[in-house]
Amino acid sequence: MTETLTREEALRRLLVGGAALTIPGLAPALAKAMAEADPNLGKTLTVSNWPLYIDVNEKTGKRPTIELFQKRYGVKVKYLEDINDNATFFGKIQAQLRRGQSIGRDIIVMTDNSPYPALIIANRWCEKLVKSKIPNVKNLQPALRSPGWDPKLEYHLPWQSGMTGIAYNAQKTKPITSIDQLLGDTKLRGKVTMLTEMADSIGSVMLANGDNPAKVTDATFNAALKRIEKAFKGGQIRKFTGNDYAQPLSKGTYWASLSWSGDIVQLQSSNPHLRWGIPKQGGMIWTDQMLIPAKGDAYTASVFMNYVYDPAIQAKIEAYVNYVCPVLGTKQALAKFDPAAAKNPLIFPTAATLKQVNLFDSKALFNADYKEKWQRLLGA
Amino acid sequence: MMFLHRHRWLTPYLLLAPGLAFLAVFFLVPLGYLGKQSLETQNPIDFSYRFNWAWHNYADAVTTYHEQLLRSFAYAGIATVLALIVSYPLVYFIAFRGGRWKNVFLLFIIGPFFVTYLIRTLAWQNILADDGPVVGVFRDIGVLGESGRLIDTSVSVVAGITYNFLPFMALPLYVALEQIDPRLIEAAKDLYASSARAFLKVTLPLSLPGVVAGTLLTFIPAAGDFVNAQLLGTPRQYMIGNVIQSKFLELTDYPAAAALSFILMALIVVAVAAYARTVGTERL
Repeated sequence: MTETLTREEALRRLLVGGAALTIPGLAPALAKAMAEADPNLGKTLTVSNWPLYIDVNEKTGKRPTIELFQKRYGVKVKYLEDINDNATFFGKIQAQLRRGQSIGRDIIVMTDNSPYPALIIANRWCEKLVKSKIPNVKNLQPALRSPGWDPKLEYHLPWQSGMTGIAYNAQKTKPITSIDQLLGDTKLRGKVTMLTEMADSIGSVMLANGDNPAKVTDATFNAALKRIEKAFKGGQIRKFTGNDYAQPLSKGTYWASLSWSGDIVQLQSSNPHLRWGIPKQGGMIWTDQMLIPAKGDAYTASVFMNYVYDPAIQAKIEAYVNYVCPVLGTKQALAKFDPAAAKNPLIFPTAATLKQVNLFDSKALFNADYKEKWQRLLGA
Repeated sequence: MMFLHRHRWLTPYLLLAPGLAFLAVFFLVPLGYLGKQSLETQNPIDFSYRFNWAWHNYADAVTTYHEQLLRSFAYAGIATVLALIVSYPLVYFIAFRGGRWKNVFLLFIIGPFFVTYLIRTLAWQNILADDGPVVGVFRDIGVLGESGRLIDTSVSVVAGITYNFLPFMALPLYVALEQIDPRLIEAAKDLYASSARAFLKVTLPLSLPGVVAGTLLTFIPAAGDFVNAQLLGTPRQYMIGNVIQSKFLELTDYPAAAALSFILMALIVVAVAAYARTVGTERL
């Protein structure tokens, strides 16, 4: 009995093997598909992100990183660029989150200098990461590994970081290298903009005041607010903006703007006279964080996060987006096909640069009094 | 059918039913919900809302934002008058002198509005930009100082509103003027009226229904507009619409936003009622 069985078994194996051999290359492909057709993977993955935040093939308009993920894992990705502003996006999803309903997305990306990532996690409006599927988490920059609002990285992973500094148009003005100059130089009157994000504007001015933005007190907050208010009422500051400083800055309407590092790299292609730098007394740093909103597919989302934390994949994203990279090993991977980008200090800041940038006090973000005073200054 | 024959009086109500149902579902229900929301209080920790007859939301809204409320009515009022001044001669010309080109001229008025509101307003950002052609000319002829600007001022916001709502003024005006029988003006002149007198005594009164319709159609949406102040102005020019949109969409402070919406609605109703009383609604 055993002998026949063995013979039958052997015959079957031979047949299968032979069939596979007749079509060369099929066997490894089959093996690969078998290995990766993970039954726990969802059919689709919906990702909400900010515009211009992933690599795009300019010719076909497709996103190579997303295409490759779809091919490799057999998951269809719906990639939406529908986050322009933390507060507005949160306003859009908060009602469903509060009611415990799905927001129809598996990954969202929100900035940690707004209260929302911490708020979403504190209210458990998000799913836990499936850490066993994210071995690449080992590549995360050590500095980003334990923020106060999720110290064990149970609910979030960084997408990209960025720095807040001063951009100016070198054709219109001499170099603007400090907040004192930005708010005080009368030649810039009415040509200056600051950011609507409280952490960016208040934090930068606190640094100029010699205060610590990572430990906000009523006194230091009010001093910074008063200084901005004075500059706004006096006409030095023209407007508070989000990303919308980009166009007027590059057209010459604004001469100097408090702005985000990656934007300026992209704008330089349309106006080479734009310069960006961290103010003398220090700039701010923030990180856009990936979260899995409640009822999202945590398993598939975690597989996606692991995928973008592969330095080879991250390098492709980085070559396009120009923001500060959170994944170790990307610099080496990028050097292979884009050595200039690998040397860009805005993507891979030096230790000296990182010393100049500061985090904003996450408790201050939740202070209702600060929030109201800031909104009042913004006029709405 | 028999039923309807026996109950004839029902017919008008049945014919009205779809319209009434529409109003109930899409106007009264949301309005009631908004009213309830305006009396709620928000919990800042988990963003939940509690209904507790918070009438103070209304008082708070007025004390905090009276500046933006006043500004909305001022800007909308100025823009309405400007739109009237600009479009009256324009459509007068089209209606009485347009001849066979009438439709082409009308198309010139409506043409730009095939492009979306947002894009047109963004275009003004470039036209009025500090380095743009308009500011350059104004500086050369001394209207603007060396560091003067147009964009991000009250002027640019009011101009934007005027521009964006102009067709709502021009089209009803055109309809009113177009319907005037030119023989009436001829008759006035035959009776020794000067051109100016004929205009004041015949044309203007006959076009008043168009003026009334046009001003209402312009003023009401203009008072609630926020796009122009947002794109062509700064917080110094923000109108009540900016506050409401930021409360609704950014701060998720629904009660305050709902209270402000009601206040705006009430003020507009009062303003329109006063206006209608003065000029007389029978003209509409």
